[in-house]
Amino acid sequence: MILGIETSCDETAAAVVTADGYVLSSVVSSQADLHARYGGVVPEVASRRHLDLVSPVVREALDAAGVTLDGVERVAVTQGPGLVGALLVGVSAAKAIAWARRLPLVPVDHLSGHVASLYVEPEPLVPPFLCLLASGGHTLLLAVRERGASERLGTTLDDAAGEAFDKGARLLGLGYPGGAELDRLARDGDPGAFTFPVARVSGLDFSFSGLKTALLYAVRDLGPDQVELRKADLAAAYQRAIVRALVQRIDEAVSVTGLDRVAVVGGVAANSALRAALPGVRFAPLHLCTDNAAMIASAARYVDELPYPRYLGLDAYASVS
Amino acid sequence: MRLSLASASAEETEAIAARLAVRLEPDDVVTVSGELGSGKTTFVRGACRALGITATVTSPTFTIGHRYEGRSEVSHLDLYRYDGLQGADWGDLEPYFENAIVFVEWPEAGGGALPPERVAVSIRHRGGDGRLIELVSTESALLEGVE
Repeated sequence: MILGIETSCDETAAAVVTADGYVLSSVVSSQADLHARYGGVVPEVASRRHLDLVSPVVREALDAAGVTLDGVERVAVTQGPGLVGALLVGVSAAKAIAWARRLPLVPVDHLSGHVASLYVEPEPLVPPFLCLLASGGHTLLLAVRERGASERLGTTLDDAAGEAFDKGARLLGLGYPGGAELDRLARDGDPGAFTFPVARVSGLDFSFSGLKTALLYAVRDLGPDQVELRKADLAAAYQRAIVRALVQRIDEAVSVTGLDRVAVVGGVAANSALRAALPGVRFAPLHLCTDNAAMIASAARYVDELPYPRYLGLDAYASVS
Repeated sequence: MRLSLASASAEETEAIAARLAVRLEPDDVVTVSGELGSGKTTFVRGACRALGITATVTSPTFTIGHRYEGRSEVSHLDLYRYDGLQGADWGDLEPYFENAIVFVEWPEAGGGALPPERVAVSIRHRGGDGRLIELVSTESALLEGVE
C-alpha cells in the first residue's frame, strides 16, 4: 500500500492507493470539513495552513482506507514544482512518517502525478497516448510513450489555461478562482455573441494572455450595466476561445506525433465545454482532476524509491525542470 | 525620481525591462504593478531574457513563485492570490529572496511582508497594445540608464 501526500499549492491532500492502482481513500482539505475544524483565517496557499492540516488529513486518509501505518509499504510525496514553503511541509511530513516506520520514500513530480491520474483502476490507461495537462499553473502537451516518462511537445508561453479561466471569471465579477463558475454561467450564453481571438504561436505552444486582455477591453467597452446583462454571452464566447485553442493544438499534436489516443488531465479537464468538444478523448476521473494525493501515490508506482534512510536530505524544487 | 516611458508593443515593454535588468544585482527587489493584462509578466520576461534566462517565463499567479537560473538567479513572484486576504507570509516568500534578483507582481498584496524595493514599476493600459510604463526609484542614476 502507498501513502501519498501532496502540498504543492492550495490543497493539503493525502491518499492511500494499492500497489496495483486501486484508490482506497483520497482526502483533499478543501473538500473535507477539515478547514473548519483545524484551519484558521489564513490565505489558502499559506504554508502554515498546510502545517495545521497535514496531520489530520493523513490520519483521515488512513481511516477512510481502513488501514493503519502498519499496512503502508511506501510513502510518496510531491517534491515539486510548487511553492517551496508549501512543498516542504509535505516533504517533511513524508520523511518523518517514512523514517519513523523505516519505509522507503518516493519523490514525485507534481506534473507526472497529474498524468498518473489516468493510471488508477478500474480503467487504467495504457501508453502510448498524447496528454494535455491543463491546470491553474500549467498547460502542457505531452507525448506519453511509457508510464513514468513523457516528452514535452508544447507549453504555455504566458498564462496557463486554468489561469485564463480564473482571471476571466474575475473580470466578469465572478470572484477568484471562478473557472468552474464561468463554466456554469457559459451554459446560458451564446458563444457566438462575441469574438475573442487567441494568439497564434509557433509549434505546439499556447498563449492565453492576449485573450485575457481582449476580455478586459470588451468588459471596459461595454460598461458595467451591459456586462451584467451579457455576462453569460461573454463567458460563453471567452470559454469557446480557450477550448478552441486547446482542441486545435491537440489536433495538430496528433498529426505531428501520430499518437491517436488522447487524454486530458488537470483542473481544466473538469470543464464541460472541453469535454463536449473532445468526444472519444479520455479525461481524468472528475475527482482526480484538481490537485489530490491519489495521483501522487499512483505516479509513485512508476518512480524509483529512495530506500530508508537515504531521503533525509531530500529537498523540494520550485520550478518546472 | 520618476521615469515615464511609452511602449507600443510587448516587444518594447520587454526592451525597457531589459535595460533595467542589466543594471540590477542579486538581492534587488523590483515591484511590478498594473491591472490584469497590462503586461507585468511580459515585463519580467524581458528582464529575464536580458539576464540570460532562456527558460519559458510564464505567469506565476497560481504557483505564487518561480525561480530561474541565468547569469543571475531571478525570482518571479506573483501575490495576486493573496489579494483581499491578510497578505502573504514572509515565511512563504523568503526562499525566493535568497541570492536572487526578485520581481514581484501584485506587491500590494504583500501585506507589509516584502523587503523595500529598489525600483517600483507600474504599467497602465493606453488602448490596444499601447502601455505607459512608469519607474520610480530613489536612485536617479539607475533610471537615467534606463531612459
